[in-house]
Amino acid sequence: MKYASLNKTHLNNWLEHLKNKAKLYAPRKKENLFVLRPVKEVSDVCLEYIPTILPPKKYYFPQKERLFKFSSQPFKTAKAIDKFDEFILFGVHTCDIAGIQCMDVVFRESPEDPNYLNRKDKMAIIGIECLKYCDKYANCASMGNHIPRGGYDLMIIDIGDKFIIHINSEKGERLIKDVDFIKGSAAEDMVKLDRIREEKKMVFKDEFSAPLSKVYESFDKSFNSDVWKDVGKRCVGCGNCTAVCPTCYCFDVSDEMELNLNDGVRYRIWNSCQMDDFAKVAGGEDFRKGRQSRQRHRYYRKFKYPVDKFNRYFCTGCGRCSRTCMAEISLIDTVNALSSVALE
Amino acid sequence: MIEREILLEKMKTSPYKPMHGKIVAAEMLTEKEKLFRIELEGKINLAHEPGQFVMISIFGFGEAPISVCSSPSDKGYFEITVRNVGALTDKLHKLGKGDTLGIRGPFGKGFPIDNMFGYDVMIVAGGLGIVPLRSLIRYIMFHRNDFGNVQILLGCKSPKELLFEAETKEWMRRAEIKFNCTVDRGDPDWKGNVGLITTLIPNVDINPMRTYGVVVGPPIMYKFVIVKLLEKKIPDHQIIVSLERKMKCGLGKCGHCQIEGIYVCQSGPVFNYAQLKNFKGECHEKAI
Repeated sequence: MKYASLNKTHLNNWLEHLKNKAKLYAPRKKENLFVLRPVKEVSDVCLEYIPTILPPKKYYFPQKERLFKFSSQPFKTAKAIDKFDEFILFGVHTCDIAGIQCMDVVFRESPEDPNYLNRKDKMAIIGIECLKYCDKYANCASMGNHIPRGGYDLMIIDIGDKFIIHINSEKGERLIKDVDFIKGSAAEDMVKLDRIREEKKMVFKDEFSAPLSKVYESFDKSFNSDVWKDVGKRCVGCGNCTAVCPTCYCFDVSDEMELNLNDGVRYRIWNSCQMDDFAKVAGGEDFRKGRQSRQRHRYYRKFKYPVDKFNRYFCTGCGRCSRTCMAEISLIDTVNALSSVALE
Repeated sequence: MIEREILLEKMKTSPYKPMHGKIVAAEMLTEKEKLFRIELEGKINLAHEPGQFVMISIFGFGEAPISVCSSPSDKGYFEITVRNVGALTDKLHKLGKGDTLGIRGPFGKGFPIDNMFGYDVMIVAGGLGIVPLRSLIRYIMFHRNDFGNVQILLGCKSPKELLFEAETKEWMRRAEIKFNCTVDRGDPDWKGNVGLITTLIPNVDINPMRTYGVVVGPPIMYKFVIVKLLEKKIPDHQIIVSLERKMKCGLGKCGHCQIEGIYVCQSGPVFNYAQLKNFKGECHEKAI
C-alpha cells in the first residue's frame, strides 16, 4: 500500500497540474444539484457534493456514441472516432467507482466492446472517500460501497487539514509524480486515517432491514410478489431511473443520414428497459408487458441476474433512482418490502 | 484478465461494422414474404449453424436480426426470408438482384445438430417458424444418413401464406421424410388438413427417447405444441425451441433480447425445454 499526502491549501494547484495533463472532469454545483463537467476554473470544483445528476458513465459510455461512418453507394464503412483522448475523472464517489467496475465486467465480457475499451484505456479515476451520508436515498452501506474497494487510480481522503492520497495504480502514480507539494504521508496521518475509518463505522449503517445475502434470497422468492404490483401502479414509465443509474447500459442502435442521403453515421444511444416498446418485436409481440414487469426487471438486473452471472451486485447504493423518481418509488423501501414478505 | 496485447487488438476492430453482402436473387414467396439469396464478398461462406441468425443492415434504415434459412451445405451464398412488417423490412422488400446489404454474424447458438446425430427428428413449424427450420431441414436432407426417421409438421393460417411451396411439394414427394401440413382456415382449392397444428401431433408415431422435437413458431403456438410433445413423453432436453426477440447488437450488451439473466442473442435463440421451463419471466407469460 502506498500513500501520499496533500495539504488542502495546495488542492487547486494540483487540479491545475491535472488540468494541464489531460482533460479533467470534476463535480460542480448546478442550481441546487451537482453535475460532472469539464473543469474550466479549478475554483468551481466542488468536492462536497451529493451524487451528480448523471453518473460518470456519460464519459466512458456516452449517451450517444458514434460506432462507425458509412456510405451506401458505394458500400463503405469507416472508423467514426479517430482518436480517443486522455481524461481524468476527479472526485468520484466510491459508489460511482463501483459502477465503473460493474460496466467493466459487462463490456469486457466476450465479445468485448471496443468503444468502451478504448475510452476506459484513456481514463484515470481519482476518487474521494465519503465521510458522511449524501442524503436519505443512499444505500451505499448495505451495498458495501461506502468504503473504497479498488477500481480507482488514486483515492483521496479528507483528514482535516490534509488529504491522504492512496495510490492504487501506475497510472495514478504518474498523476502525482514530480508534484513537489505532494509528499509521502507521515505516520501520524495514517493514525488519523484509521481513526476516521473507525468513526465512519458509527455513521454508516445498513440501510436495508436485511443483510445483503438475505436480500438476494428474497429476490429468489419474489418474482410474483405483490410488491411489483404496487411499484407498477406508481411507476409512470419515464425511464429516469435507468438514465441516472451508473450500471444501466442498455442501448438502441440508430442511423443518422447526411443531407445527401448516402453518407451517415451509425450510433448507439442510451435506451431504457422501462420504455414500453423495449422488448416488442416488429410482429407486435411484446415480451415484457406492463410497467410492473418492467420495474421488476430493473430490480432483478441489480440484485439477482448479475449476481448469478458475474458474482457482483449491480446496485451501487448511490440512490439516484430513488432521488430522481417522479413517483417517489424508493429502492430502499421496495427492497425492504420484498425481504420482509419473502423472509417471513 | 486478458493479455494487454490481445486487448489492444480487440480495441482496433469493431464488431458493429457490417460486412458487404450482395443480393444475387430475390423472389416474392407470398404477399408479405420475400426470399433473398445473398453473396458475401469473395463468395466466402457464412459458415453458420442451422438456426443461427444474422444482423441485416440497410444504411439509413437500421439493422434487424433475421434467421438464415439456407443450410451451411449450400455453399457460396446464404438465404434469408423476410416478412414486410417495419421500416427496415419495407425497404428491404424494395431491394432486388444486384443491390447491397450490410451483414453481421452469424450470431447465437443454432440447433444442436451434433447431439441430434443418429436420432429421429420431428420438426414442428408454425407460420414463419418454417424459415429458420428450413436451414435445419435442408441440412438434414444433405446429411440424410446421419439422422433416423424425419417428419415435418407445418401449420399456417391459410393456404396463401404457405412458404417455400415448391420445396414443400418436394418434401411431400420424397419417401425418406414424412411431411404433413395443416392450415387454420382452408380455401376452396385446399385439399389438405384444416385445424391447428396441435391436432396433427397425437397421430404421429414416435419412439420418444430416440426423438428430438424441434419447434419454431409464435409463442401462442409453441407453448401448446410443447405440451403435446411432453404428452408424447419426449424428454425435456430433446424438445428444442427457437425464440424470437428484439435485438439491437447481437453481442449480449444492448439488453433488448434479455430473458431473466440470459441474452437470447448469445445463449439462444435456440433453447431446449429443460432450459426454457425454468424461465419465469418474458418467455410465454401474459402481463402480470
